[in-house]
Amino acid sequence: MDRIKVFMLGWEFPPFISGGLGTACYGLTKAMDQLGIQVTFVLPRMVSSKFATHVKLEFATHAKLQASESQMPMSDLKLGELKNVVFRTINSPLQPYSTPDTYQQRIEESLRQKHISNSGATSQYSGPLDYNSDMYTEVHRYAEAAVELAGNEHYDIVHAHDWMTYPAGIAVSAIRERPLIVHVHSTEFDRSGEHVNQMIYDIEREGMERANKVIAVSHFTRNIIISRYGISGEKVEVVYNGVERNGNDDWTLAKTGIEKDEKIVLFLGRITMQKGPEYFLHAAKKVLEVVDNVKFVMAGSGDLIHRAVEMAAELGIGHKVLFTGFLRGEEVRRIYKMADLYVMPSVSEPFGIAPLEALDNDVPVIISKQSGVSEVLMHALKVDFWDVNEIANKIVAVLKYPPLEMTLRNHGNFEVRKLRWKDSAQRCAQIYGETLMQFDKCI
Amino acid sequence: MASICFYFQVHQPLRLRHYTVFDKNSHYFDDYKNSSICRKVANKCYLPANRLLLDIIRQFGGRFRIAYSITGVLLEQLDSFSPEVMSTFDALAETGCVEFLAETYYHSLSSLYSRDEFVEQVNKHTETIEYLFGQTPRVFRNTELIYNNDLAVLVESMGKFDAILTEGANHILGFRSPNFVYRPQCCRKLKLLMKNYSLSDDIAFRFSNRSWPEWPLTAEKFARWVSDVNGNGNVVNLFMDYETFGEHQWEDTGIFDFMRHLPEQILRHPDNDFKTPSEIVQAYEPVDTVDVPHLISWADTERDLSAWLGNAMQSNAIHELYRLEKKIKKTSDEKIISDWRKLQVSDHFYYMCTKYFADGDVHKYFNPYDSPYDSYINFMNVLNNLQSRCAKPALLNTKSITNKALTDKNYLTEQAIEGVCQPSGGS
Repeated sequence: MDRIKVFMLGWEFPPFISGGLGTACYGLTKAMDQLGIQVTFVLPRMVSSKFATHVKLEFATHAKLQASESQMPMSDLKLGELKNVVFRTINSPLQPYSTPDTYQQRIEESLRQKHISNSGATSQYSGPLDYNSDMYTEVHRYAEAAVELAGNEHYDIVHAHDWMTYPAGIAVSAIRERPLIVHVHSTEFDRSGEHVNQMIYDIEREGMERANKVIAVSHFTRNIIISRYGISGEKVEVVYNGVERNGNDDWTLAKTGIEKDEKIVLFLGRITMQKGPEYFLHAAKKVLEVVDNVKFVMAGSGDLIHRAVEMAAELGIGHKVLFTGFLRGEEVRRIYKMADLYVMPSVSEPFGIAPLEALDNDVPVIISKQSGVSEVLMHALKVDFWDVNEIANKIVAVLKYPPLEMTLRNHGNFEVRKLRWKDSAQRCAQIYGETLMQFDKCI
Repeated sequence: MASICFYFQVHQPLRLRHYTVFDKNSHYFDDYKNSSICRKVANKCYLPANRLLLDIIRQFGGRFRIAYSITGVLLEQLDSFSPEVMSTFDALAETGCVEFLAETYYHSLSSLYSRDEFVEQVNKHTETIEYLFGQTPRVFRNTELIYNNDLAVLVESMGKFDAILTEGANHILGFRSPNFVYRPQCCRKLKLLMKNYSLSDDIAFRFSNRSWPEWPLTAEKFARWVSDVNGNGNVVNLFMDYETFGEHQWEDTGIFDFMRHLPEQILRHPDNDFKTPSEIVQAYEPVDTVDVPHLISWADTERDLSAWLGNAMQSNAIHELYRLEKKIKKTSDEKIISDWRKLQVSDHFYYMCTKYFADGDVHKYFNPYDSPYDSYINFMNVLNNLQSRCAKPALLNTKSITNKALTDKNYLTEQAIEGVCQPSGGS
């Protein structure tokens, strides 16, 4: 068999990563590249993005442009090492982790900027990109654009990551008559609890139903797909995420210039309902009843950030809780180097790459049992997200008993090395093979 | 002549309850779990096995003989939760065909950390056996058959034992066979009985393993292997956990039927007989000395102590525990001392083992915790509370002379915060 050609509908690539989805797409695609799988990686790009100016990437401004022009690979240094991956972008304001509300806000913001900087700019946008449309319309417009982008080129398989790309995946797969794989990094139930957005749910469900195979990032997510979306278990495979090793480990605290005599307990992630920030704060309150020289750092942004600040104040621990806002790149490594313990009290976490990164940075972790990553990590402390007493008990134990912290750190760091993107990519390749065999048999 | 020497280890740990750093109560043990497991094992193993062995002893008159080592912590639990098991052990003792061995009352690793504590626990166990079964143990087995030269010398110096048991580890015996009586290096009187781990494990571990080429193991086949020792050894030491019968090997594997027919098959060979460890000591002289400079045990393939002391958490927990010895004993508070000793039960440290954690093997089966980390956290929280209880009586005594009112006040507040405390304690 020739090398498999994949039409992949993905999200974000470094350096613009806002969360686990981008990290996962990047890690997986990079590993696939090394396996020799040919990937055409399609991602949305908001043209008036403030990043557009200082990034030397050559994007096609519109999907309708000639194939030769739109095939221009990204020229970024980091991405240049990917030999088998071609990047294509579709102008679209879609972003991962959007909700209809935040989407609308961003559109408005973007329109405002455009008016300020560029009064006669409409000539740039000759396409059907419609800033007046809502998110659902945009998702379907994106699908149309994706079909055009796919052109007449042959692809073996279509692989779509998370719900916003499912309609695009369905469309391309139907028109080109190639099998579809949807990759579920999170579901509406993880993001919104029981207050699901019906339209998003419907899109997710249709994607899973129309897919030839569904890839879940954990058994935790696989169970949701089966029980909440009514998908047959035979169709749903689990492929765990991996973690990028950060190579140079000579980065010690001394070099960061940070001096500290207090222990630091870290929450790092989007501050949203899904991530359980309030459980972190309630546990912090309990910890502070018995331990004094400790600070709690909440790194990240999200719709609950103001609520979290208020809550810390209400609990009377405001002076012990620091909020850093959204961190990226070097700042993240710096905060890991400072931290003594990482806590992820997620209410519903399909996978959770951050704890792996924490362990990779020698920080022991407490993770909620309601997470996919708790299926793959043995050397982590595990708690129910709602069990504030137990979270506090475990935080105190790590701060108080050095051998615990040491054993967790050593074993955990070792364990993380076994979770490689290479294995995830191999597993995907295997699933491609099986799907193609089944698909070609049916034709 | 091949003498078959059966010795069964009978033990159940005392599981701790979930104990957080915020707990103040000085009740550490999970009574519900301990009692329900004790009853479960009694029904699946102790009662049927005791009855079976009693039947066989009666059937063969004095020709079928066995030995038990029952830990003090289990005897206490049986006494509370399954008294009927005690009466069957009593009946076994009365046959005169059953020998009871000595060990540390608390199934502890005290031989490694405190000689005083070790001797006290062995004496306490010996006295308990005398009281319950009317015989004085003459043979010693250490927790998990942990052994080295120093331990042999210590046990000999206690002057009350004729022999000690340990694992017939390959790396100790080399080309020599475990089927003889040996003498520990540096001992003049004490004899050493070594476990034939191959034949013992055929019953204890491999019996129900269908991928084992010898499966199914019949009494006849096993008797033939035992008889093969004739001319090439004097004893076959079959040492195993008593829970092999009905608990590790479930009843439907046929383990009880196997045992029912085994004595008959073994005694069919005229050169075979059954002897208890003390009778082995009487009958055979040592053929050689055995030098064990480093500690061995009967655990895992390594036959070392790594299951209890293999990582930093385990060694930290146990060092912290024994570091408290003086402080604990100084309180003269029986409840505190007893709690401290119950924390010495080796299983607490076994639960903290990370060795095979990822594979989810035998270690997991016997582990009430989800992870070794949880067990360490729980243990350390309990130990912290225990330590806080030691400090109080001393505080009370010094202050009570000078300022009674203040003392009363202190005492009351502390009691309110820390829970139960005995004011009568103190040295």
